Amino acid sequence: MTPLLQVENLDKSYGGVHAVRGVSFSLTAGRILALIGPNGAGKSTCFNMLNGQIKPNAGTIRLNGADITGLPPRTVWRRGVGRTFQITATFASMTVRENVQVALLSFHSKLASVFRYAGAAYRDEAERLLALVGMEAQAERPCGELAYGDLKRLELAIALANQPKLLLMDEPTAGMAPKERVDLMRLTAGIARDTGIGVLFTEHDMDVVFEHSDSVMVLNRGELIATGTPEEVRRDPQVRAIYLGEGLLYDAKHREGSAA
Amino acid sequence: MTRIVNFAHGAFYMVGAYLAFTLTERLAGTWGFWGGILIAAAVVAVLGALLEIVLLRRIYRAPELFQLLATFGVTLMVQDIVVLIWGPEDLMGRRAPGFRGAVEIMGQLVPAYDLLLIVLGPTVLGLLWLLFHRTRWGVLVRAATQDRDMVAALGVNQKWLFTSVFALGVFLAALGGALQIPRDAVSHSMDLRIIVDVFVVVVIGGLGSVTGAFLAAIIVSELNAFGILIFPKISLVLVFLVMAVVLVIRPYGLFGKAEGAQRTSLGLSIRPWRPFTQAERIAVGAGVLVAASLPLFLGNYALTVGSEILVFVLFAASLHFMMTVGGLASFGHAAYFGLGAYGAAFMVKLFGAPMEVALLMGPLMGLVGAVLFGWFCVRLSGVYFAMLTLAFAQIAWSIAFQWVEVTGGDNGMLGIWPASWASKPAAFFWLVLGVVTVGVCILRVLVFSPFGFALRAARDSTLRSEAIGIDRRNVQWAAFIVAGTFAGIAGVLFAFLKGSVFPDNLGIPISVDGLVMVLLGGIETVSGAVVGAVVYKALAIWLMSQTEMSKLILGAVVVLLVVAFPKGIVGFLEDLRHRRRPASPPAGFKAAKVEAAE
Repeated sequence: MTPLLQVENLDKSYGGVHAVRGVSFSLTAGRILALIGPNGAGKSTCFNMLNGQIKPNAGTIRLNGADITGLPPRTVWRRGVGRTFQITATFASMTVRENVQVALLSFHSKLASVFRYAGAAYRDEAERLLALVGMEAQAERPCGELAYGDLKRLELAIALANQPKLLLMDEPTAGMAPKERVDLMRLTAGIARDTGIGVLFTEHDMDVVFEHSDSVMVLNRGELIATGTPEEVRRDPQVRAIYLGEGLLYDAKHREGSAA
Repeated sequence: MTRIVNFAHGAFYMVGAYLAFTLTERLAGTWGFWGGILIAAAVVAVLGALLEIVLLRRIYRAPELFQLLATFGVTLMVQDIVVLIWGPEDLMGRRAPGFRGAVEIMGQLVPAYDLLLIVLGPTVLGLLWLLFHRTRWGVLVRAATQDRDMVAALGVNQKWLFTSVFALGVFLAALGGALQIPRDAVSHSMDLRIIVDVFVVVVIGGLGSVTGAFLAAIIVSELNAFGILIFPKISLVLVFLVMAVVLVIRPYGLFGKAEGAQRTSLGLSIRPWRPFTQAERIAVGAGVLVAASLPLFLGNYALTVGSEILVFVLFAASLHFMMTVGGLASFGHAAYFGLGAYGAAFMVKLFGAPMEVALLMGPLMGLVGAVLFGWFCVRLSGVYFAMLTLAFAQIAWSIAFQWVEVTGGDNGMLGIWPASWASKPAAFFWLVLGVVTVGVCILRVLVFSPFGFALRAARDSTLRSEAIGIDRRNVQWAAFIVAGTFAGIAGVLFAFLKGSVFPDNLGIPISVDGLVMVLLGGIETVSGAVVGAVVYKALAIWLMSQTEMSKLILGAVVVLLVVAFPKGIVGFLEDLRHRRRPASPPAGFKAAKVEAAE
């Protein structure tokens, strides 16, 4: 069976900076894959290449076997890839529901139609998506006045509008309160498992990463240094040295404490 | 540098010239002349600083277009004040003492004064560069240009910083104007002439780059000089053609860098738009009926005025569609208005077509123009987009002006009269009212159609809209074409109303009128343009008939409106309405309202 997403030897450099070198991995439908690494490791570059915002210098990206390398974001989206952004990008002049409706209209290729009221289109479907992320009560609110956590949930609803096969989430819980983080990722994991969507996400919150992902990749200076189950990655000495840390402060304190 | 698009710069240039004229006449001798020029520039700089403190400080946070509008208001006022003080005649300044003669270079006589100016240019450039790169003040200014709040957080009084930058800019503008007097006559139309040139120079050079501006200035003047020698037919077009080419190849000018994040997107309203409720629809219908009954009470003159106002309602509505819904601020929307007018004139004059045919075919010219120009324009955004639209409008204007065999040039095309059934003012008024009502309704329907939503989506967040499969350029191009076509329709009506077309129909003043109407009505609203057009046009025509100083009053009104009602008339009314109501009515109530409107 071909994997949902297959990435081979992805490469990107900006001037002298080699941001991503020879990254290869694959993702099966219904699985959740986390991409972690220190700041500047190339996570966002990686993401933007998958999504088509940045063209890679080399390497291929296949979605269900089809080559999508270098296609613009809108085409990638049409192939069934949903995306949320590190800093939320929504349509501030519209209501919450209208945000989802635009995505739905685009998915159903109805954006060129000129003589009907867009606010009435795909209302039920929009309501259903909003209910899925727990935003149904706020459907009428202007998007511009939402709290950040709600914007993140709205983005998820928009990203789900094209019934994606693959969901890319760049730091989905950044800027959210701890409780909200857990809720949002639980929600995402549930949706992914129920509908067989493959999810790739980057994250700095290790609770979120280790609780919800099926496997974890660690990126450092543009290279993958470890891949495996959360447990394997957590034990990997190189990963501990570079990113997770040895728990020096915490452990040392306790050791001192027990010695005393 | 301050990221203020300052329309009044030309006005300062002009005031500098006039003041220098007076001072050099009063003060005798060599010292008197040079002192007079410097004093004039300094006085104008102080005036500029005052203007900045009183007016511009209040609107720094507003979108760039509001600043443009405010400074445009100032320009209007200054024009009348200048006429008031110095009279309407052109004034010839004195020759510069010590530089009266000419120097022979390669067999050509070159006035010594011109040589002085040639030296002065690079000197000023060098001083500016030193100022911005080697002084503490310059570093602060460059920092503040990038992030005003950060500089303020570092304990710098950025208000005074900007005032000083503004004063410096004004000083240089006035100096330029003052230095001009020994070479050229001083006239009260010099401000608009120079400001267009300056915008072109700045855009070709790249915003925020002094070196780029200097290089571009050389290119532009060379083009002007050689253009007249080599291509006399298209000398006016040439400069704008070059600007268009530069912008298409290097979208941020020769030395410019990509634009930073835009402060506030145009037309971004926190309060989402809603279609009319049933009651509002009835009110609008009643308004149209009242308008339709006007011919029963009003005389012919009033009806002609009414028709003109209606034409501009459609023009403003089409610009509004592009600006507010599409987020594309066009400075050259008159191009499509004028193209429509010329299209109608061609149909009547060259093909002998009746009015009905011209009415259908005329807008096609606007459409074709928008298809062509729009394709280039949507590749850019923000100020550069606006400048490119301006360039294309100037190209269209130059063609109309210089292609005398076809367009009649400055003499225009006369005798474009409506068909006999519509020749009475009342009948023509009804015709215009019908066309405009339908046109505005179509535009409004478009706003709330899926296409309108896609357009707003592309405006609100390019990133997100691309990520949900919206092709920003194509959507905006389509909006450009729609707006151009409707402007063309307005142009056709205008041609038949006046019975003639002139190159001025494509000119900057009409483009600016359109901008003012849209902003006046309220850029964040769906129908503000209609109200803005009626108020502005009625006011302009009434003032013109009442007083000599119409520009002064109009300018004052514009400035006042920008400062007091930054959201425009309709936006202000909506705010009032929302303040009276409870902050957020229950969701069910709103939903019911929307359903009722469908």
